[in-house]
Amino acid sequence: MKKALLSLLAVSALAGTAYAAVPEKAEQCPACHGENGQSQTEEIPSLGGQQPAYTLIQLYMFREKLRTSERMSPIAQDLTDDDLHSLSDFIATLPKPKPPADAGDPARMAAAKGLVDKEHCNSCHGADFSGRDNIPRIANQREDYLLKTLRDYKSNKRAGYDASMAEVLNSITDTQIVELAYYVARVR
Amino acid sequence: MAYRTDFLRRTALAGFVGLIAITASAQEQQPAAPQQPQAQAPQPLPPGSALAGRPDNPEAAKLAPVSSPPLPTPADKLPTAKLKVPPGFSVEVYAAGVGNARSLREGAKGTVFVGSRTLDKVYAITPTDHKVKVIASGLHRPNGVAFKDGTLYIAELSQISKIENIEDNLDNPAKPTVIYDDLPKDEAHGWKFISIGPDNKLYIPIGQPGNNEPRDPKHAQIRRINLDGSGAEVVAIGVRNTVGFDWSPTSKELYFTDNGRDWMSEDVPEDKLNRLTKVGEDFGVPYCYQGNISDPEFGWGHSCTDYTPPVALMGAHTATLGMRFYTGSMFPAEYKDAIFVARHGSWNRSKKLGGDVVVVKLNKDGSVKSVTPFLTGFIADNNYLGRPVDVQPLKDGSLLVSDDWNGAVYRVTYKGKAK
Repeated sequence: MKKALLSLLAVSALAGTAYAAVPEKAEQCPACHGENGQSQTEEIPSLGGQQPAYTLIQLYMFREKLRTSERMSPIAQDLTDDDLHSLSDFIATLPKPKPPADAGDPARMAAAKGLVDKEHCNSCHGADFSGRDNIPRIANQREDYLLKTLRDYKSNKRAGYDASMAEVLNSITDTQIVELAYYVARVR
Repeated sequence: MAYRTDFLRRTALAGFVGLIAITASAQEQQPAAPQQPQAQAPQPLPPGSALAGRPDNPEAAKLAPVSSPPLPTPADKLPTAKLKVPPGFSVEVYAAGVGNARSLREGAKGTVFVGSRTLDKVYAITPTDHKVKVIASGLHRPNGVAFKDGTLYIAELSQISKIENIEDNLDNPAKPTVIYDDLPKDEAHGWKFISIGPDNKLYIPIGQPGNNEPRDPKHAQIRRINLDGSGAEVVAIGVRNTVGFDWSPTSKELYFTDNGRDWMSEDVPEDKLNRLTKVGEDFGVPYCYQGNISDPEFGWGHSCTDYTPPVALMGAHTATLGMRFYTGSMFPAEYKDAIFVARHGSWNRSKKLGGDVVVVKLNKDGSVKSVTPFLTGFIADNNYLGRPVDVQPLKDGSLLVSDDWNGAVYRVTYKGKAK
């Protein structure tokens, strides 16, 4: 993986001006996050349509080692403050993820919607889960990534930029987390 | 604009107040703010949910916690020109580039120490040229800083540490040494303001681990420890989340701010200014808010009369944070022994409230005479241009104010009789 990424970096450095509108450092993103920010890789998030303030915070946290990832941490070390702005603004222009072909089991979706409503996930993430400002778009994110993220916030393996997710997950069980991820990944 | 100290005194004496009286008073004070009764009963949530009480309506859905950006605003883009102070005072930038600047503390040699909450850093601002240096990093929510006899004390989410002789070693400071870590690890309200009292003990708040939580023996309290970490003792309970306190220079009593709960309504409960008159006092949370509102969830079977009422109400959802008594000589005599209080500003309210520094003047008996705006202009068109977190009077009598939204520290000075 690392090797593939390095060679991609080398290629993109050579290719240089091939994609004028794309920040140079964004050319390394698709290797893991997929073309147009639509991830095809397990536990790697889709980036398309993500809120720029959220993306900027995450890139900053990777750079400052406030959030760690074997893949993202080394990449983020080279990012300047200007890069953080240009990358997050660019990522926001990529298409938002589409709902998966698998619409989900209707009964399970209906029950999960009840849970989502009850826990007021829409309170911050919005009625269509597109997020706002520092609060991320979660609609149609990869289910495995949602699951991992919710579990990591709950266990505090992933410390949030602020305490919001740790707080709301305090009273939510792992069984419920599975259902929340199932629903949000498929919501349409 | 005076807040409701008179009303509060009345109600505290009366001992019982219905919600109608509170509503009427809120209207007297803020005629422009419409009352918004909850149109729909919220769906039941498990006890302690962060969103308990949130109604399902489009107006409520517009409200969400606001996080400060991680990158500091460049000095030339700071909103300094838009900030307002009373006649004769002026405000300037003391230091920019202090990412997520939170609690402030002045060292013996004039260094200003600054904690952060969403970042991992503690900063030092040098006394003459105001250079910003990172003196500790890789910390978890190092919000609180205190200083005594050459030693800097740092409060992270769940531990207190110290760096000795810090001002002699700003370029190569030692790593912080932990002195106390018998603290919960909850993220919600886990960040800490700290200060050292006239009793030479370090005071540590432990917030309620969520918006509205059942009472338990390890949270919603203020503790104090000896400076070596020994002798931990609880001095106040029923404290939801205090992020600022100081001791009266005359009575030596502890005054502290406390943040009220979210989602009860637009206009109540208000944040509080409290006074501790004896060790172990109970300030009522989660049974009673703002001294006279029984909590709809946890208040059953309890009475507000059983708890110590606040000495002042500080506005609904205003996030009343850092505070200091002013004992300097630069400002006019009316500010002597008054309290400057930073209000970070609301998120859980349609029309933003707070986002300023207010001055609280006291009567001889320690009760509150008035609460008036001092440094304003941080809110424009219901958006934040900045958010004050803490205040720190310097030895020369000027007043520093931290702003975590812009990662900056401002300085307020008084230049003479402009009145």
